Amino acid sequence: MTGIQRVSAGRRLKDRLIRSLVYLSFVVAVIPLIAVLWMVIRNGLARFDVEFLTHSMRNIGARDVGGGAYHAILGTLEQVLLASAISIPIGLLTAIYLVEYGQGTRLSRMISFFVDVMTGIPSVVAGLFVLAFWILVLGMPFSGFAGALALSILMMPTVVRSTEEMLKLVPNDLREASYALGVPKWRTIVKVVLPTSLSGIVTGVMLAIARVAGETAPLLLTVFFTDSINRNPFTGPQMGLPLYVFDQASRPTDSAVDRAWAGALALILIVMLLNLAARLIGRWRSSARKR
Amino acid sequence: MGQQIQVSGLNAYYGKHKAIEDISMTIEPQSITAFIGPSGCGKSTFLRTLNRMHEVVPGARVEGKVLLDGEDLYAPDIEPVSVRRMIGMVFQRPNPFPTMSIYENVVAGLRLNGRHSRSETDTVVEESLRGANLWNEVKDRLSKPGAGLSGGQQQRLCIARAIAVKPQVLLMDEPCSALDPISTLAIEDLMTTLKKRFTIVIVTHNMQQAARVSDRTAFFNLAGPGQPGRIVEMDDTSRIFSNPAQKATEDYITGRFG
Ligand SMILES: Nc1ncnc2c1ncn2[C@@H]1O[C@H](COP(=O)(O)OP(=O)(O)OP(=O)(O)O)[C@@H](O)[C@H]1O
Ligand SMILES: [Mg+2]
Repeated sequence: MTGIQRVSAGRRLKDRLIRSLVYLSFVVAVIPLIAVLWMVIRNGLARFDVEFLTHSMRNIGARDVGGGAYHAILGTLEQVLLASAISIPIGLLTAIYLVEYGQGTRLSRMISFFVDVMTGIPSVVAGLFVLAFWILVLGMPFSGFAGALALSILMMPTVVRSTEEMLKLVPNDLREASYALGVPKWRTIVKVVLPTSLSGIVTGVMLAIARVAGETAPLLLTVFFTDSINRNPFTGPQMGLPLYVFDQASRPTDSAVDRAWAGALALILIVMLLNLAARLIGRWRSSARKR
Repeated sequence: MGQQIQVSGLNAYYGKHKAIEDISMTIEPQSITAFIGPSGCGKSTFLRTLNRMHEVVPGARVEGKVLLDGEDLYAPDIEPVSVRRMIGMVFQRPNPFPTMSIYENVVAGLRLNGRHSRSETDTVVEESLRGANLWNEVKDRLSKPGAGLSGGQQQRLCIARAIAVKPQVLLMDEPCSALDPISTLAIEDLMTTLKKRFTIVIVTHNMQQAARVSDRTAFFNLAGPGQPGRIVEMDDTSRIFSNPAQKATEDYITGRFG
């Protein structure tokens, strides 16, 4: 009797079965994605025109066709940019503290715990908090900035967690190699640890941005609502694409519903462009490495 | 070049665990000193106390004195970073920086510590790679990633990186344990040339290697499981391998170790 055996019919059958299950679940997972994309593109293209991208809803009556989402696109871009400007630096520095400096100290365990808690905050609650604290207690006006504050509450824990995971993946060998060359710790972090994990960090940050770009509830409570263009995110109500979609979709006319679909398409395109940019940054980094 | 190291009464701890106890020795300049001993007896720990890399591990601490040409490296006003610039280190596993090219790896120690002109670093790169016996193999692909070299070449790249900052002392922790015999021989030859310029300390599990390259050998051992490592005997290599004073040393090097 030799130890070498032929693949039995039963094993071959099992292999085929599992293989088709894997393919099947892939298809099942992709169907909703494709269906959503297809629906949004098919319905959104009807109004996805120059007027839509360059005009606001000012002076557009309830039954009028036309109008656009320029004010909402502008608002979303400004709010997301501000939210990123607040939460990315704080998130990165927190993650660096947790991985490189904290390591098991009581403070770092506490921060970790609160980051976990923050991850679980429902987006409505973030909006309510900013409404209660920033607008009602401090008496600040509804503004794009208030919305950005609410979004950054949602974004920060995601940035911290994903950056933390990426920093943990950097082998300790590299840090020690750098220390052994007489490089101070902070320079080791800036010049060795961060570059090594950069593409992963960028991907994580982009996902966080994409997530908050589609948030509706916190905006509803903080940036309020407007049909006109407000370029200044620091005073007065602004619009955001998710709000715009929400608003238009709840109006009874067909032209409004068409605008809602076009707004959804614009939002998906913005998020896709961001993802593409992140991919390109990652590609560009790793090709620089292979040179 | 190369400076003398004098260690006296050195203990090293990981948290509460005392890893080595009461180590005293003198390491002569421009010579190769080998540390041998069974696994876990504290050779790496001791090596890392010599350039203050031990305290990088959370909770680790050191007691005792390490004098580099008479100056105590553990005096309170000494900057550990500057100690590591004087005393370079090569690790057991080759660890080139993955985001950097061969060229950038060699000058990493310089670049990470300040600005240097291109012509300056060009000279350092050639000098160090020649010093590490790697120049001929990589001179045409200096801009390729360092991680794309073979294991032996990577290890020599790490040696080049360590000597590029012009240290006084070079510590090597089992630098050949992941390498084939030919690369091992290349690195041993390299150590013999480097000892004219540096004080070299090497940890090895390879008795022949210790006998071939080192001038002095220290044998470390544990008194028992869970006990701290101690130094059993230190002498000229020829003596340790021909006529050791301690029975334990003889047992260890002849492979009759219990
Ligand atoms: N990072 C660490 N944290 C806690 N204990 C450690 C750490 N590194 C080493 N030790 C302990 O210190 C003792 C000495 O370890 P060390 O690595 O110095 O041995 P070594 O002689 O280099 O062994 P080897 O020949 O296997 O490399 C061992 O008991 C080990 O378990
Ligand atoms: Mg060791």
